[in-house]
Amino acid sequence: MVPVSYYVALSAILFTIGALGVLIRRNPLIIFMSIELMLNAANLAMVAFARIYTVLEGQIFVFFVMTVAAAEVAVGLALIVAIFRTKHSINIDEMNSLKG
Amino acid sequence: MPPLNFTVILPLLVLTIWACLLLLVDLFVKNKGITALLAALGLAISLGVTLSQVGATGTSFNNMVTLDGFSTFVNALLLVSGLFGVALAYGYVKRMGIERGEYYTLLLFSIVGMMLMAQAADLIIVFLALEMLSIPLYVLAAFARPNVNSEEAGLKYFLLGAFSTGFVVYGIALVFGATGTTSLAGIVAAASSGTSSLLLLTIGSALILVGLGFKVAAVPFHMWTPDVYQGAPSAVTAFMAAGAKIAGFAALLRVFSLAFPSLASDITPIIAVISALTMIVGNVIAIAQTNIKRLLAYSSIAHAGYILMAFVPYGQKDVVATSVAAGLFYLVSYVLTNFGAWAVVIALEKAEGKGLEIADYAGIGRKYPALAAAMTVFMLSLTGIPPTLGFVGKFYLFRAAIAGQFYLLAVIGVLTSLISAYYYLRVVVTMYMREGEPETTSEPWLNITWGLAALLTVIVSLVPAPLFDWASQAVLKLF
Repeated sequence: MVPVSYYVALSAILFTIGALGVLIRRNPLIIFMSIELMLNAANLAMVAFARIYTVLEGQIFVFFVMTVAAAEVAVGLALIVAIFRTKHSINIDEMNSLKG
Repeated sequence: MPPLNFTVILPLLVLTIWACLLLLVDLFVKNKGITALLAALGLAISLGVTLSQVGATGTSFNNMVTLDGFSTFVNALLLVSGLFGVALAYGYVKRMGIERGEYYTLLLFSIVGMMLMAQAADLIIVFLALEMLSIPLYVLAAFARPNVNSEEAGLKYFLLGAFSTGFVVYGIALVFGATGTTSLAGIVAAASSGTSSLLLLTIGSALILVGLGFKVAAVPFHMWTPDVYQGAPSAVTAFMAAGAKIAGFAALLRVFSLAFPSLASDITPIIAVISALTMIVGNVIAIAQTNIKRLLAYSSIAHAGYILMAFVPYGQKDVVATSVAAGLFYLVSYVLTNFGAWAVVIALEKAEGKGLEIADYAGIGRKYPALAAAMTVFMLSLTGIPPTLGFVGKFYLFRAAIAGQFYLLAVIGVLTSLISAYYYLRVVVTMYMREGEPETTSEPWLNITWGLAALLTVIVSLVPAPLFDWASQAVLKLF
């Protein structure tokens, strides 16, 4: 069996890639995918920990995260579509009408 | 399996069912004002149920939600915020041409999430409540679409909110990895028995702190706040500033005071630094603002710093109860003042974002003396000058910080309050000393909001003891 520390290390790497993606990328869709990667990194860690402790809480939490992430996607994509209709662009750098 | 005790979440249930029905009823109601009144009625009923639960305690759903004095206090405050939120929106959405029935349903769902946060006794519920309160707020922030500013505010809030959720979720995963449980009571037990991995627990709690720091707009996680507060419709901003803050602090209290007291030596300095930075950055940047919505946004950041001060001594057993009670008291004062100030902003706001510069407030003192007097009360209260609630709140907070021997923090609090006097009083000076021809909107619910908020801000400050006693009672059983 693969040791749990491997899973945790992998999840940490995934989380870091996700966080960096949010900070570096300029397309909201890709930022959004990076956020999903962060959530899934947490899911992986949860499932791995649930395995060592042999409790179900971790796995149940994953279901919650997946469901909520789906709800978030619905709202996020709707926002992106609405912005695209108004501005004909979804580049984050062009979201600069608010500043001061 | 024990039977489920639904009375523990009765106010929540009432509000959830009410919100679902409201969504349905709204289909058949042409006059959206009726939807608003029905939403307010639902909030009032839920408030009644909440108040009938004063003193009651209990847990349910396998100890995942809890009912205690703290949750009752916070729920009542949240429901009052909801009522204020509906009162502010009633005329505003009509005037701005964004009157859609979903507004009130989303508001109710958001409050449900906030209330669940106050009752959370398990990290799964903390996460669920965080999302339940956030997702409707993302939609509300973009509610004035196709207005570009509002859409931009919505997207920015959404991306950063989802980003912060990622931190919370990963933090929860690590805490679970350290302790083998997500229940707050279980985490305390595992942490104090020393069976947990301290490294994982510390990193996990720090990640949760980052995530919640985003939600309450604490420096250095505050960058989204001014843009979102400025772009979102003013009625939404008012609600967001109050509701999200209350819920965020409820979560901080639940998670940190209850689950991580053993980490106090590591976390307390971090919270102290965040609190100090938040007070300084919020107040200093606010000086340069000319737009009243941005000014209030930075003021809201600064106040997050003051409230965070209440959590700094959370590891000291003898101080923590008074300190958290002071935090709750400050939240009440902030909620009242915040809604009052935003009501005045809404009264002056005109379509297409006009009437939002501080210069537009010139001449109000002469033309609308009552409105100017109310705004003066709110500005004094935000600064912390007697006889207003803001002064009493700050007094209790600084006293608690000193009792916890965080002298430097108390000094920073006092000094930043002095700095804040500059920009708050500038609004007052503009209202009374400058000549101008301001135009305001007079709507009954709006007038009631700022009138009531101003009266309460002054009157409660003269007899603050009962409120503080209630807050103390509320947190008494927690520690």
